[in-house]
Amino acid sequence: MSAATVQAAPPDALSRPEDHPKKRNILPYVLLAPGVLWLLIFFLIPIFTAISASVQTGSLDMGFKVTWNWANYSTTFSQYSTEVWHSLEYSVACTVICLALGYPLAYFIAFRGGRWKNLLMALVIAPAFTSFLIRTVAWETLLSDHGWITRVLMDLKVTNVMVHLGLLTNNHQLLNTPFSVIFGMVYNFLPFTVLPLYTSLEKIDPRLHEAGRDLFCSGFKTWRYITWPLSLPGVIAGTLLTFIPAVGDYVNAYMLGGPNTHVIGTVIENEALRDVFGYPIASAMGVILTAGTLLIVLGYVKKAGSEDLL
Amino acid sequence: MTKALDWIKSHILMFVSILILVFLIAPNAVMLLFSFNQPANKYNFVWHKFSTNAWQHPCASSDMCSSIKLSITIAVIAMIGATALGTMVAFAIMRYRFKGRTLLNVLLFLPMAAPEVTMGITLMTFFYNTTGSNSLGFWTIVIAHIMFSLSYVVVTVKARLSGMDPTLEKAAADLYATPFETFRRVTLPLVMPGILAAALLSFALSIDDYIITVLTAGNEVTFPMYVYASFQHSVPAQIDVIGSTMLLVTLAGIAFAQVPQIVKARRA
Repeated sequence: MSAATVQAAPPDALSRPEDHPKKRNILPYVLLAPGVLWLLIFFLIPIFTAISASVQTGSLDMGFKVTWNWANYSTTFSQYSTEVWHSLEYSVACTVICLALGYPLAYFIAFRGGRWKNLLMALVIAPAFTSFLIRTVAWETLLSDHGWITRVLMDLKVTNVMVHLGLLTNNHQLLNTPFSVIFGMVYNFLPFTVLPLYTSLEKIDPRLHEAGRDLFCSGFKTWRYITWPLSLPGVIAGTLLTFIPAVGDYVNAYMLGGPNTHVIGTVIENEALRDVFGYPIASAMGVILTAGTLLIVLGYVKKAGSEDLL
Repeated sequence: MTKALDWIKSHILMFVSILILVFLIAPNAVMLLFSFNQPANKYNFVWHKFSTNAWQHPCASSDMCSSIKLSITIAVIAMIGATALGTMVAFAIMRYRFKGRTLLNVLLFLPMAAPEVTMGITLMTFFYNTTGSNSLGFWTIVIAHIMFSLSYVVVTVKARLSGMDPTLEKAAADLYATPFETFRRVTLPLVMPGILAAALLSFALSIDDYIITVLTAGNEVTFPMYVYASFQHSVPAQIDVIGSTMLLVTLAGIAFAQVPQIVKARRA
């Protein structure tokens, strides 16, 4: 282990940019220019266009003008507060459940996987090889009123209990509930939690576990004081990679949910595509969502202290 | 009794993991199965009877097949664009000194940290304000797809470059190779797996994207948009045929990629 580290060190050191002092010329800027310009023009500038658009009034036929109409922002919170809350609730629930399910799975593959490790990880990623929309259609099949899962629940006679827990609607429907939306989101984003968790767990030297046991730590204590702290970078990356797409997702809310599970993304798409007056308010909501996500991400990263996001 | 309990206790992690894996794979199995279903009505949600009809006539709905053609065309162009731009950026980051390195890292990270719907709505607003609402269509989708794939390409190629032994390039220079020869005959072949992986990733990201696409598509309909919209009128079994084909092609590709390794292991 230590010999390998020593041997690996020189190439790493050599590849640092400081070791190419002669190459200080115009070439790097030429290489960077197309990619950087693309991101500046089609990612960064549009954010500012959206900020400007969010204070415009007008309609598609008449054209839009900047009128400093801040009302779009207050409307978002007054008229669409339910949708904003739904987005937050669903994405937080999804992130927590993904961590609860993803951690044991990543732990098992990293430490008990043995020679099956790569195959098991392939199984985790394999579902993603087909369109996620088609896989969501498949869940619709399984969760629908005559689907297999609903029928098994009926046969087990647990439907009444589940209605009490709020997991089923009063007419014993699994679909069109917050449960089915969160269920679909967990399914969609779980691989994003597992991958970084696995990467950081896999790096942990198993001899540290043995050392823990040698020092009379219980299994739980070994995990709590050795494994968990060492896997924190994976936990941070995994939860971020889950939360970010989850907070903007509205495909699950549309396909597995119903009229009572609209999220902020649903409103943005509706306002932007189906309402001739809608695009300033859609921009305002886009700006709010961008700012909100960035604040949460920055706060999270600062608190958790992870610098190397890339 | 205690023995049995101990056995369960020591294997509980395994059972939980197997259950989660089943949860992850179940929809793919349903998709494969329902591609052989002959739906009783317009919605392929309830098992009716076995049929290979959908596999024999995958293009029964011509709208669907033209949407697939469009999705593949966009994915190929976006893949080439994003891979070219991203690889150049990755080389600049790993091999050269330049000003604004931190800013560049932030600029590359942000598209990965922004929810898709915000990128979609801001980009749509941008096109509305610059080129007008009629400009939305094929090329705006391509532009959007290159934009959101770019950072993933940079990260993938960068990882490959940082794992490379730079002494090989120095050795080539010692053997009087010109910088261009060194790049073409030493660096490029070594980075190639990383570039190919990045290209595949950007293809996959592009062909599966719904949210950004729908906001920049105008009147074009890509395959994910077709599936999403099909919920309102009919879900034909052909959708599952396409999904199953995608899955089988990728699995075959992965198996094919393993062949050299297996041959190597046998010989050794």
